[in-house]
Amino acid sequence: MEKENKAKEGIKGWINPAKYGKFGIERFAWILMRITGLGLLAYFIGHIYETSHILDGKAVWDASLEMTQTTEGHIFLAIVIGMCVYHTGNGIRLMLGQMGYGLGKPGRPDYPYKPKSLNMKGKACIYATIGVAALAMWYGMAVMFG
Amino acid sequence: MSELNQEISQEKSQTVLSPTKSVKLRISRSNPEVNSEERFDEFVIPVEKYTTVLDAILNVKSHLDHSVAVRYSCRQASCGSCGMKINGKPALACFTKVVELNTDTITVEPMDNFPIVRDLAVNFTRMFNNHKKIMPYVVREDSEIKPDTGVKEILQTPEDVDKYIQFSSCIKCGLCNSACPTMAMDTSFVGPQALAQAYRYIADTRDKGKDNRLKIIDDSHGIWRCHFAGSCSQVCPKGVDPAMGIQLLRSYLLGLRD
Repeated sequence: MEKENKAKEGIKGWINPAKYGKFGIERFAWILMRITGLGLLAYFIGHIYETSHILDGKAVWDASLEMTQTTEGHIFLAIVIGMCVYHTGNGIRLMLGQMGYGLGKPGRPDYPYKPKSLNMKGKACIYATIGVAALAMWYGMAVMFG
Repeated sequence: MSELNQEISQEKSQTVLSPTKSVKLRISRSNPEVNSEERFDEFVIPVEKYTTVLDAILNVKSHLDHSVAVRYSCRQASCGSCGMKINGKPALACFTKVVELNTDTITVEPMDNFPIVRDLAVNFTRMFNNHKKIMPYVVREDSEIKPDTGVKEILQTPEDVDKYIQFSSCIKCGLCNSACPTMAMDTSFVGPQALAQAYRYIADTRDKGKDNRLKIIDDSHGIWRCHFAGSCSQVCPKGVDPAMGIQLLRSYLLGLRD
């Protein structure tokens, strides 16, 4: 069992930046999905904690809202917007893939064996999702910073 | 067709070779039976236009250090024995030309996510067990050809064959399992190799074992652990595209295919 555990890469297999140059944009989309998922989970827990202050009276509630009315707070919220948009967009792409859409049809492979499932449609969706997330962050910041 | 031929004829190398061209080969050395240390031994190897990484390693074994452990057999990307990490990316050593790497230093390491036997040789037991688990054969009661009962060949159209033929090219080299980020965290994950093979048999119109196979892979360490990072397909040397097989397999479990 000890040997077996040593055989897996562990967290290195996720975060090693050298992987992303070698395995393409799909691998980058995957790690970004993980990071944004964890980020949104953390935000969700923090959000529940923050909104629970409403039970402590108006003064405490107003003070907790003030935390996000700073420059750092605005940047934090812009990141949350970006995470939300990316996770949603990429999640839709993955769900469509899991339903069998956009993967291409199986067939006889010809050299040089370019995988059909990692096609330009999928790559374009990833780039578009990152672009829309960046745009949403920019718009959010424009609103928050006036 | 002409487009395909053009791609085949393209040489990826930008390296201009001289008769004295040589590269530095860094080989990972370790022996878990003795200790947990890993070191890199360096060798300078002469290369020619068609020298493969496996040729370079065998050159080291022939002339410089016979103790390097490497598994190989066919030398033509058919047996799936010589998978290893070449400059960080899983690949078949016999299918990777040195000049294609466009570097003067080549680092070879054992594949990730497999227990190391010694140096570049890894243990395939878990992968083969997972492969066996998904019943990698056509399941049907009348599969035997019995002339007296009138059972003959089971006919398939070319379209039927196209549904699974690419997945039957798998040579069990383990590169997909090595590249998979889920395998990196979960040693119990059935892996892209076995999942792609499960699809290969489920998509075969002769097969009647779909329900049993789907039960096997519909597990907490089964198909739902795949998150479509696509690295398995990126490294497959035979065009199997395991990521496609896994997603198509999911559509069976989601009830979108019969």
